[in-house]
Amino acid sequence: MLIAILSGFLFSFFMVFVGKYMKGKLAFLSALIPLGLFIYFLQFAGRISNGEIISQTYAWVPSLGIDFGLTLDGLSLIFCLMITGIGFLVFAYTAAYLKGHHYLDRFYGYLGIFMAAMLGVVLSDNVISLFTFWELTSISSFFLIGFNNNEEASRKSAVLALAITGMGGLLLFAGVVILGNVVGTYSISEMLSSKEFIANSPQYTLIVALIFGAAFTKSAQFPFHFWLPGAMKAPTPVSTYLHSATMVKAGVYLLMRFTPILGSTEFWNSTLIIVGSITMLYAAIHTLFRTDLKGILAYSTISALGILVFLIGLGTEAALLAACVFILVHALYKATLFLITGIIDHETGTRDVTVLSGLRKVLFPVAIAGFLAAISNAGIPPSFGFLGKDLIYEATLHFGNSAILLTVLAIITNILLLYAGFLAGIKPFTGKLPHTFSKVHLPSFLMWTPPLILAILGILIGVFPSIIQGSLIQPAVNALGETGSAVELKLWHGFNTILALSATTIGIGLLFYFFIKPSVKIEAAIKKLEYLSPKTMIEGFGIAFGHFSKIWTTFFQNGFLRHYVSTIILFLVLVMGYTLINNTNYVLNFSSLTQLTIYEVITVIIMIGGILYTVFSKSRLAAVAAMGVVGLTISLIFVYYSAPDLAMTQFAIDTLTVILFVLVLYRLPKYLKLSNYKSRIKDGILSITFGTLITILALEVLNEPQNSEISEFYAANAYLLAKGKNVVNVILVDFRGIDTFMEITVLTIAAIGVFGLLKLRLTTKDRAIVKDKNKI
Amino acid sequence: MKSIILKTASNYLLPLLLLFSLFILLRGHYLPGGGFVGGLIASIAFVLHAFANGLQTTKHLLRIHPGFLMPIGLSVAFLAGISPMFLSGLPFMTGIWFPEPISVVGMIGSALFFDIGVYLVVIGISLTIIFTITESK
Amino acid sequence: MELLLAILIGLLYAAGLYMMLRRSLVKLIIGLILLGNGANLLIFLLGRITKGLPPIIPEESSVFTSAYADPVPQALILTAIVISFGLQSFAIILVKRAYKVVKTDDLDQMNSTDR
Repeated sequence: MLIAILSGFLFSFFMVFVGKYMKGKLAFLSALIPLGLFIYFLQFAGRISNGEIISQTYAWVPSLGIDFGLTLDGLSLIFCLMITGIGFLVFAYTAAYLKGHHYLDRFYGYLGIFMAAMLGVVLSDNVISLFTFWELTSISSFFLIGFNNNEEASRKSAVLALAITGMGGLLLFAGVVILGNVVGTYSISEMLSSKEFIANSPQYTLIVALIFGAAFTKSAQFPFHFWLPGAMKAPTPVSTYLHSATMVKAGVYLLMRFTPILGSTEFWNSTLIIVGSITMLYAAIHTLFRTDLKGILAYSTISALGILVFLIGLGTEAALLAACVFILVHALYKATLFLITGIIDHETGTRDVTVLSGLRKVLFPVAIAGFLAAISNAGIPPSFGFLGKDLIYEATLHFGNSAILLTVLAIITNILLLYAGFLAGIKPFTGKLPHTFSKVHLPSFLMWTPPLILAILGILIGVFPSIIQGSLIQPAVNALGETGSAVELKLWHGFNTILALSATTIGIGLLFYFFIKPSVKIEAAIKKLEYLSPKTMIEGFGIAFGHFSKIWTTFFQNGFLRHYVSTIILFLVLVMGYTLINNTNYVLNFSSLTQLTIYEVITVIIMIGGILYTVFSKSRLAAVAAMGVVGLTISLIFVYYSAPDLAMTQFAIDTLTVILFVLVLYRLPKYLKLSNYKSRIKDGILSITFGTLITILALEVLNEPQNSEISEFYAANAYLLAKGKNVVNVILVDFRGIDTFMEITVLTIAAIGVFGLLKLRLTTKDRAIVKDKNKI
Repeated sequence: MKSIILKTASNYLLPLLLLFSLFILLRGHYLPGGGFVGGLIASIAFVLHAFANGLQTTKHLLRIHPGFLMPIGLSVAFLAGISPMFLSGLPFMTGIWFPEPISVVGMIGSALFFDIGVYLVVIGISLTIIFTITESK
Repeated sequence: MELLLAILIGLLYAAGLYMMLRRSLVKLIIGLILLGNGANLLIFLLGRITKGLPPIIPEESSVFTSAYADPVPQALILTAIVISFGLQSFAIILVKRAYKVVKTDDLDQMNSTDR
């Protein structure tokens, strides 16, 4: 299974090299990779349906107990088949949809990364690797949404989506780390046995809240739903694949995966029911006000995700069964609708539902696909959607006290979803064909067969539900922890309440479709309420935060070197001053000090004079000379206090530095007095305070006893081990020889740097750039 | 700085100072001195010569560009470091010695060659820096 | 003498910092050098100063027979002095080069590329 995940990454990697060859006709060949993976996962179906769970483990970070474990159970299998199956169709579709596009290779590269990452999410047994792949899906989604990177709206949407899903990723990371600490393992399959333990731990609410945060952002739940309509700026294959069929369901997957571990508590269930129902209604109502086909589909997708979260929140066996089935139902019809929207957009150049009509005359196979998908979406028998809707009502009807309320909510949502589905799947094809579209013709078969296949599958499974009943749905429900009764999927249950509810839904939905016409006016009217939406608020927060960080940055990173220096020193002075004031005893043991002699005092006086002259001199040359004097007096101090090596080196270096300065100096400008009196006083006070603190620090350290273990070792062994008597030299060339080696290497680099800087010649072009900068 | 006295003096000073720098280098293991100081003294000798006689004369005297002394010195130091690995199978930078000491220098061992490497690098860098600056306009 | 040295070190630090806070590039480098000297002296002082007893083993003996100055700070400072030469020469050349290109040694006029 590792190979299955890696193949997507390898594919993307190879795109870098072979990409330019496939812009011609070879693009559809890349669809063979998801197809191969689809077949690969299909062959596990038999073993999975026998109740087997296939797992593989690779050591990853053994020291932290993180293994790269992969597990394939019923739930993972459904997702794997969806990812690879729809992936195959989308890959093939893209070959025609983006034919000849300049960056087709990149597009496939991103798709490959996404597919691999998504497989990783659903196959990971380890929560840390799950998180890693989760982030990868967000990143690939970012690149795909921003694929048309020359449009500002695309870039903005991509950033928004990344910000929201990335924030969710952080929450997920925090959540799984805390969870892992509580349970003591990062493996999901090992957590299954500690359900009670987790539910009773004090961190339970925090863990669940964090995981909810991750799932709600990824699966576009209210109030984080707004990134998904924006994500529709991506090319249609991306919307099909990531933003309706697979990636947005990662959040749903996460909730399902954790249901047997964290589920069935009051907090878990009621939060999910509330958030899910708000989302499904809110988004479904929004579909009424949209005229862009993709906008309609985006909101109906959010609504469907709301239904899924809602079902997981119900948490009964019937509800989980309904969720498993509805995932498939939705993936099949929604992918179809997106794909035909792509065809319509590609051929007519518009997605405005008020303009489109009568296209069946020119796009007949597409119209069939649209019709079948709309039926499945509406839940009209004998489609798979009918089955799914029945199961939803079944779940809500048997949910204790609030059954009626929940059922009503579900019915309203379904009515609106039916309206949305008809609008996208049937409306563009019925009626009179406008003259402007008479030249429209059917695109390559690569484009119209994928939606047709998906739509036909949607009907086929409806008629023969036994195809998936035992092989997919049963193991998936078992994976959610419900091992009670056997699953039975049937199209016809006889005349009962559920059938009546279904009929009502379909009836009212059709009325809606025939009497409410989408119009630009209503869309414009609803836009006026935009300022109340969560999107505006979160964007506003983002903008305010941006302003704040800009002010913060320009205050501290203002481009003036001395401000940086003084900020750092000021902080140091405050911290050091505080510590010293509290801990200093101001006692100096004068008896331990060495005796003063007259020539030492003279040396020190010369040195103080040198320092003061360096600072206050108005001539550069004098300042450099005075600095040389300071260096020489330091060399004298080394002589007095038994450091002959240091004295010699200091003397030689001092000479060379002064020579160097003098060589360069006459090419530098005159010493200007640039700063005003006030800033000099300010800097002077800061400097003197700093110097005083250093003096106090030095005296304080002198009061502490000295640890001379290291020196004693060197002194004792200099001759015995290294056969040298000058201990300083022995340390440099023998005991710490590698350090010295590094040092001469650094010196060499500095010399090469000097050589390079001086031999470097600017071209006329560079000079022009510099000149421009100076003008500004 | 084309003073005749300095010019004449520097011609005698150069070999003397170089000899002195070698002396400082070689005795470094026993008395104050060593590769760093020795190298600095040698480069000061060359800089003095360059000031008195002009840069071209000194460069001509050196034959090779001083920059080449840097890689040579680094290689010498590195070889001195790895020599115990090949000669005695000891770890990197372990000191090894010839059995008998000679006069002035004392014991000859890998540490001395390492110091010679340092000496060459120091001459290389100081001369490279100062010559480059003098040449540049 | 320790007291005098400590005051001297404080003076070197103060002078170095003050020079670094000026707007002229040349002063910046002079400040850097003064600060470096101050740091060297600080290490030297904190290693305890000893008069007239260099860390060199007497000729006839193989270990120290009397007290000696601490060799470790000396080795550290020796390295620091030589490294600072590399740093200073690089900084000086950088200033020269920068002056040649932007025609100013006023740090405040050099930050146009920084914003």
